[in-house]
Amino acid sequence: MKKTSKHDRILLAHGGGGQLMDDLIRHHILPSLNNEVLAELGDSAKLNVDSNSLCFTTDSYVVKPLFFNGGDIGKLAVCGTVNDLAVAGSKPVALSLSLIIEDGFEFKLLEKILVSIGKAARQNNVSIVTGDTKTVEAGAADKIFINTSGIGVKLNGVEMGFERIAVGDKIIINGTIGDHGMTIISQREDIKFQSQLQSDCAGLAGLTCELLENTNGIKFMRDPTRGGLAATLNEISRSSGLSIEIRQADIPVNPTVQAAADMLGFDVLTIANEGKFIAIVSPESADDCLRICKNHPLGKEAKIIGEVCQSRDVPVVEMITRIGGKRIVQMPYGRELPRIC
Amino acid sequence: MLDRIQKAQNLCGAACKQLGRQINIMEVCGTHTVSIFRNGIRSTLPKELKLLSGPGCPVCVTDQGYIDIVLQLADRDDCLIATYGDMIRVPGKNSSLERKQAKTNIKVILSSEDALQLAKDNPEKTVVFVAVGFETTAPATAVVVKEAAEQAVDNFCILSGHKLVVPAMRALLSAKNDKIDAFLCPGHVSVIIGYGAFAEIVEDFGRPCVVAGFEPLQIMEGLGEICRQLAAGKAELKSIYDAVVTEKGNTAAQEIIAECFEAADGYWRGLGKIEKSTLKLKDKYSRFDALTRFNMSETPSEEKTGCRCGEVLCGLIEPPECGLFGQNCTPQEPIGPCMVSSEGACAAWFKYGGISISG
Amino acid sequence: MCLAIPARIVELEGDKAVVDAMGNRWKAKTTLLPQAKLGDLVLIHAGFAISLVDEEEAKETWRLIAEINEFQNTPNKISG
Repeated sequence: MKKTSKHDRILLAHGGGGQLMDDLIRHHILPSLNNEVLAELGDSAKLNVDSNSLCFTTDSYVVKPLFFNGGDIGKLAVCGTVNDLAVAGSKPVALSLSLIIEDGFEFKLLEKILVSIGKAARQNNVSIVTGDTKTVEAGAADKIFINTSGIGVKLNGVEMGFERIAVGDKIIINGTIGDHGMTIISQREDIKFQSQLQSDCAGLAGLTCELLENTNGIKFMRDPTRGGLAATLNEISRSSGLSIEIRQADIPVNPTVQAAADMLGFDVLTIANEGKFIAIVSPESADDCLRICKNHPLGKEAKIIGEVCQSRDVPVVEMITRIGGKRIVQMPYGRELPRIC
Repeated sequence: MLDRIQKAQNLCGAACKQLGRQINIMEVCGTHTVSIFRNGIRSTLPKELKLLSGPGCPVCVTDQGYIDIVLQLADRDDCLIATYGDMIRVPGKNSSLERKQAKTNIKVILSSEDALQLAKDNPEKTVVFVAVGFETTAPATAVVVKEAAEQAVDNFCILSGHKLVVPAMRALLSAKNDKIDAFLCPGHVSVIIGYGAFAEIVEDFGRPCVVAGFEPLQIMEGLGEICRQLAAGKAELKSIYDAVVTEKGNTAAQEIIAECFEAADGYWRGLGKIEKSTLKLKDKYSRFDALTRFNMSETPSEEKTGCRCGEVLCGLIEPPECGLFGQNCTPQEPIGPCMVSSEGACAAWFKYGGISISG
Repeated sequence: MCLAIPARIVELEGDKAVVDAMGNRWKAKTTLLPQAKLGDLVLIHAGFAISLVDEEEAKETWRLIAEINEFQNTPNKISG
């Protein structure tokens, strides 16, 4: 049962293990995340998972601003971890939720985040089964930090890995790049500009499971989050020892995202995504994969953007540009700064 | 579009054949350097056509002495440093603004107006605006200096690192590198100064000068036009960036530069001292000059051992010819400014250039 | 050294403008371009409009056709 809190801000005592924390959990956290396992409030969640193979992942979320067009830190915390399980070839089952909250954080913002977490969990068919809440002194954390760890059940017969990638394999992406990163940048204090940009934050497990269950040529998947497409393709190239060639004309980019990147001097290839995955697939299965993506709401703009190639001296990622030129796509530095020059 | 690119490529090929030797075209503007690399333009040109990056990267040509002054001011508790993102990673003798960012008195801004606003919002601090850039960016600085004077924003000052393109081109041709056959001239500098400003390079040095924009088609057609001239033994002034460039340029911008600044001798990394090549605030605005306010002066510095940025900036060598390139000097651990700057030739070579997988 | 992109003036009061580039709205000043008017396509560098952009030439130089059409079709919520 949800009660209105008589506190409008989080106090240190809310993390103290006493009545205030009990109230917080029972009357605010549980109602948003409602499920039987969590309602037991045990020290550990007992799960019945019938499987020999589990995937397990963890991620922490410190995004600022907390609320942005297309999502918020809560939705991100669910979708991000769901996606790590999805691209590993598993069906996400359960998440843990850890909150570290700064003393003085507004209760109504916490409520908003919890509601968002609950909604995202339901939309992605996962349960938050266990959690933890800590409060820290003002200044010891920037408003709120969230960690989610997740368990997924590996899909039967799915074997993916770098070693499976071969020359000739096609590279598919399920939609436009740079949307999340540019949206966050547009709402950063130092850059702020008004925009129609929207984060692409979304859970991909529905689509990835459909792909893996209906095709048999998927060699590898990864979600291009921080560092964007450039970082992910470079990681794949390095780990597999093979080179990659992509075509700029085939990479889907929203013109608003491109214009924003142009204004600031950013390369969209290096900008984060939160609702996209790269799949490396056998040439024979590429068309089927593309068709399945395009029939799914999260894959309507899917494209084959390139191929895996033999390396000469060292594995590289190269791009054929719109004018037919060729250039290397390097691992990005790790921090995008706006330029005027 | 592809047929126009093909046409430009044919003109380049024809010039190489006609002249029977390597053709060296310098692109003066760092933004051209980046665009050329990002669009893979080098890979579409005949191998006899060499594109040289020039000193048109304001970060690259900023002397280390300037950076060290900025870093000294950043150490003061009574100062806020307002800078474009381009300068954050440039190393001074011992540190960089990036390393000092934990101190929170360094703000990245997108416009000179943001720097002035920072001063208005923080009356108890002195805001130092790191004013770098060529003629494209100098008017933006002049506007806020004038506004600061009119609105009596006395806690605002600038450290002018503004430089002028044509004096640098003259210095290059006169003293540093006479192997440059032609110039691809900067499109947005030309918006301000007018393409007519490059006439003296054509007249005094007999080099074709073509102004182009930054989209790949513009660059290809600019190179094509240069090659057409070279093949015909001509040296002409031309602009193909008709969307925004005129012969006379933006007179309002030129006037405000002239009101606030005067040309002064200055030090360019790699080119040394060039006469009347930098912009200094005029006496009537000298109270907004950080050097005057803090009683400091810029002293030129020595290059770090082995760093050949100077030669790269003059188009004398290509980055891979520097012994430090890719070994001790990478974008992650840069030694020289050409590797730090997002527009620097060395960074561009490292990030975009070099190896090809299909030969 | 000259990152600048074309954008359309959608608000203008004195020399303070709001410009639109493919749906992104930025503050900009027209101090250096006193002849700029509401609806003009201008080149923006470091928060300043530095040139008018010839619309026909712009189609050649930048892929602006979609934006030009869009702007002409949408009802303008412009002040000034």
